[in-house]
Amino acid sequence: MAKVPVQFTLNGSEKAEFIESGTTLLHALRDKIGDMSPKGACHQGTCGACSVIIDGELRLSCLTLAETCNGAAIRTTAGLAEGGVLHPLQRAFLDAFATQCGFCTPGMIMAAKVLLDRTPNPSREAVVEALSGNICRCTGYEPIIQAVLTAARANSQNAA
Amino acid sequence: MAIRRGRGVAAINYPTGMNLGGDPTQALVHSTPTGNFMVTLSSVDLGQGMKQIMAQICAETIGVPTDRVVVDTADTDTGPHCMGTFASRGTHRAGNAVIQAAKEARQVMLEVAAEELEVNASDLETDGKGNIQVKGAPQKSISIFDVALSAHFKRGRSISGRGMFLIPRSYPEKETGAMKPSTCYAHACTVAEVEVDDETGEVTVLTVKNVFEIGRALNPKMVEQQLVGGSWMGISHALYETTEPYYPNRDHGGTDFNQYLMPGPGDLAQTEIIVLERPSADGPFGAKGPGEMCANPQIPAIANAVFDAVGVRIDTLPITPERILRALKAQAAG
Repeated sequence: MAKVPVQFTLNGSEKAEFIESGTTLLHALRDKIGDMSPKGACHQGTCGACSVIIDGELRLSCLTLAETCNGAAIRTTAGLAEGGVLHPLQRAFLDAFATQCGFCTPGMIMAAKVLLDRTPNPSREAVVEALSGNICRCTGYEPIIQAVLTAARANSQNAA
Repeated sequence: MAIRRGRGVAAINYPTGMNLGGDPTQALVHSTPTGNFMVTLSSVDLGQGMKQIMAQICAETIGVPTDRVVVDTADTDTGPHCMGTFASRGTHRAGNAVIQAAKEARQVMLEVAAEELEVNASDLETDGKGNIQVKGAPQKSISIFDVALSAHFKRGRSISGRGMFLIPRSYPEKETGAMKPSTCYAHACTVAEVEVDDETGEVTVLTVKNVFEIGRALNPKMVEQQLVGGSWMGISHALYETTEPYYPNRDHGGTDFNQYLMPGPGDLAQTEIIVLERPSADGPFGAKGPGEMCANPQIPAIANAVFDAVGVRIDTLPITPERILRALKAQAAG
């Protein structure tokens, strides 16, 4: 099959690859570019583990064709830490013991980041709603909900 | 037709390990040239935190900070034998093996330190910060870093130890059939409150209050984490999860995780966890196995709460709206 060029920014840096037409963004990120933070689990858009942020929107990278991302700004959990300092969401997930096996964590953090970018002080219900497309097997969700609420508080204190 | 509320209670004993052909786990501990310690195991960490717990157990036994211990569980082909991570046996079986291996390594470490300090090994103690000192005379001390260098480059000794923990196979008594299938029982009790809609058969779990008796919590935050997640999983088992809703007829079975029902973050019950610590006699530092038990008592408690709410006894899991409605219909038909 003919390869097609695709060009986008990943966590702020330019990426250009030749990919086979029909390649998912998840496959391109993990196997072409080497960003292993989006996880492939169900590959049919039901679990949320592959979530990334494309131009500010939460997207499932397993259902997104890479060739549709030309010119897009893509963000993943791997790009959240700045200069070795964890993002407040990552810090809060660690402190709240909101991760066990860790497989759902990058997707959860992406979903939470889009929420907090739009709603800096969300209600518990808003957090539950934002995470409802992401499946976790280990934690029982409560520690994750608490981590997102904690990160929101930390953000608003920094802003004040 | 109404929303009916019910409350149920259940208490369980939960065993640690299994009676296979014997239930062994082995461990090896050795120091690197810089005085860090490696624990080699075939037991697997699948997210429950075994590596952290084994590092703590090794560090506590040898007398060094936990961050000086690295746990390697890389390969079951080449590591010391372990029956596996299941039956809540990891902490108990592997932990006991690590204690034995770490004790032997500590003894060699003290012997090398004794030669360096020209004292008797039995007069030495660790300070828990990476040094070995003479009891009562802490000014006479040597760092474990220097002890390891001496062992490797000067004295030709291996600061290492072997750990073997075996629960022997238990055979049933011929007359009674009595046997000891497992050891070291943990305990739990759950009270669940539910609402049952007797028109739709839907169950909403309002609160789940759990008490777990787990020996000693070697890492209290990680124990709490596992118990909170497990309590949710118990609700999930009770009300949602099945691959075969009409077993043994597979026609309507789920084929992937898209069709495998689990409660999401919007379905959480208010959950309370209380941990009781009654150290076990044969556990590592008194620990038992809290693993699988944490998801068990919620199931009978919810079944009992459903009975309390609408008077039907559902004895097949999961307790689906369909099963409740069929039972209510049968009850009404008398």
